[in-house]
Amino acid sequence: MKVLVPVKRVIDYNVKVRVRSDGTGVDLANVKMSMNPFDEIAVEEAIRLKEAGLASEVVAVSVGVRQAQETLRTALAMGADRAILVVASEDVHQDIEPLAVAKILAAIAKEEQPGLILCGKQAIDNDMNATGQMLAALLGWGQATFASEIKVEGETATVVREVDGGLQAVSVRLPAVITVDLRLNEPRYASLPNIMKAKKKPLEEKTPADYGVDVAPRLRVIETREPPSRKAGVIAKSVDELVDMLKGAGVV
Amino acid sequence: MAVLLIADVTNDGLGFDATAKAVTAARALGDVTVLVMGPRAAAEEAATIEGVAKVLLAEDAALGHRLAEPAADLVVALAPGFTHVVAPATADAKNILPRVAALLDVMVISDVTAIRDAETFERPIYAGNALQTVQSSDRIKVLTIRTAGFDAAPRGGSAPIEAAPGVSDPGLSQWVEDRVAKSGRPELTSARVVVSGGRGIGSKEGFQIVEKLADRLGAAVGASRAAVDAGYAPNDWQVGQTGKVVAPDLYVALGISGAIQHLAGMKDSKTIVAINKDPEAPIFQVADYGLVADLFEAVPALTEKL
Ligand SMILES: Cc1cc2nc3c(=O)[nH]c(=O)nc-3n(C[C@H](O)[C@H](O)[C@H](O)COP(=O)(O)OP(=O)(O)OC[C@H]3O[C@@H](n4cnc5c(N)ncnc54)[C@H](O)[C@@H]3O)c2cc1C
Ligand SMILES: Nc1ncnc2c1ncn2[C@@H]1O[C@H](COP(=O)(O)O)[C@@H](O)[C@H]1O
Repeated sequence: MKVLVPVKRVIDYNVKVRVRSDGTGVDLANVKMSMNPFDEIAVEEAIRLKEAGLASEVVAVSVGVRQAQETLRTALAMGADRAILVVASEDVHQDIEPLAVAKILAAIAKEEQPGLILCGKQAIDNDMNATGQMLAALLGWGQATFASEIKVEGETATVVREVDGGLQAVSVRLPAVITVDLRLNEPRYASLPNIMKAKKKPLEEKTPADYGVDVAPRLRVIETREPPSRKAGVIAKSVDELVDMLKGAGVV
Repeated sequence: MAVLLIADVTNDGLGFDATAKAVTAARALGDVTVLVMGPRAAAEEAATIEGVAKVLLAEDAALGHRLAEPAADLVVALAPGFTHVVAPATADAKNILPRVAALLDVMVISDVTAIRDAETFERPIYAGNALQTVQSSDRIKVLTIRTAGFDAAPRGGSAPIEAAPGVSDPGLSQWVEDRVAKSGRPELTSARVVVSGGRGIGSKEGFQIVEKLADRLGAAVGASRAAVDAGYAPNDWQVGQTGKVVAPDLYVALGISGAIQHLAGMKDSKTIVAINKDPEAPIFQVADYGLVADLFEAVPALTEKL
């Protein structure tokens, strides 16, 4: 079984995001970029499936700017076998919407015929939490989102999902799309030798036109602004003072 | 303009608070038809929400566990009669609505915090570090509503209930089991007071300190990701960018450093109180009231004095 893992290049989760003063977006020039943290978890899971003999090949895919090559090299260094880069924009500030990404991924899935697609639950830049579900819809496949445990057995995967009330287990017929949550695993770091090896692994470059997909956005960004900020308040010197303050303010 | 609103239905019936808050948001867009996938009792309760014009009830067993594939098929079948398909931004809705949107060939707009007009919406991006206003050119707008910013529509309505068309289960996935813990405490996303613990709590047993203070305040209990990852607290307590978003009157953070991903889930709380032994912890930059102290001493004392 082949496993496809879509990985997105996003601003590193440790970077303090700065909104551009002209309201056009967030500053991404000269900012540290990394693989979306959820996608690292997805890559890790795919590699573990391969190590367990349940997957035969792990293919990482990224849609975006050419620099997403680095993200794919990271996936290859972690253990993915090959990569596909779909260059869909020249401008690092142009985000490709989940619907367009899902259409490209669906076209790739039709070519590659994976038995499983492992997506992240959410990209930490646009916070959409949509691509995996959209991809499953376009392929007519089943989906299991927000996975914290995945067991692949024959033609099905049993998935424990993190939901509002706790956990839900579902079984989904393969091929399927599974989106992964934070507690599924702890992604490995790529070792130096593996980083070197990754440079020689195949990385194919494509464009949306190769798949006949129009990536024009459906949502026009009118404005991006800073959220209202909070100010630091007062520091109490003791529990008693804190209680007095809270009572005085009518908070408790 | 006509809105199809997917009600929040849990194993206990209608999620009234989430649904009623989404009704408030949806009413700005047009007449609201609520779709209840679940038992009749949930539909009867939804019908009492003021501002609901009609309730559609789908009692099919295939929908009982809110599996995405049959649920999305039903919503897609109903969608042509509507300009908007909306739902409160619950885990269920986030599972189903993007699937609906793709089947309709439209974008989904997740976690809407404000509605400017019928096609213009505001939503947070980058863990709430920026707010973006987007305008949709799609024929049907599919959105999830972040309920924390909307007041619940009151009870007092009496909308008619009609049966929704039947669904056929595509059989792509199967429900196995729910592992849901019951608690007598208020629900996290609708509680007026939330007390949360972080890695500083140190152990599962340590969380009793958090729970005791919560019980004293009639509060729901929350946690940071670090506390959940470490197994101190269950996953459904996680507050933050990728957990639950809360905006209670009072949020108490105990042993939580205040990472941006945590703040994303609670910084719209009316009053924030933080107890942390590190005076430099970023949580103090957003807290209205802070106390630099060892929580193992301070929290029991606080619980006693309140
Ligand atoms: C993709 C992604 C998504 C994420 N999503 C979320 C999310 O949804 N929610 C979330 O919370 N985090 C999330 N995180 C994690 C986040 O970045 C932080 O790692 C996490 O919030 C830290 O939790 P913490 O504050 O409990 O732990 P720490 O940062 O370790 O802080 C513990 C605090 O406890 C204090 N402390 C220790 N002992 C005591 C004591 N005895 N008395 C008083 N104070 C004490 C310390 O001074 C410290 O400030 C996410 C991260 C990533 C990468
Ligand atoms: N441009 C992209 N390239 C590759 N994968 C993507 C891209 N955008 C989203 N994804 C995948 O879809 C998941 C959810 O993203 P989103 O729907 O944008 O929150 C991510 O974690 C990735 O696995």
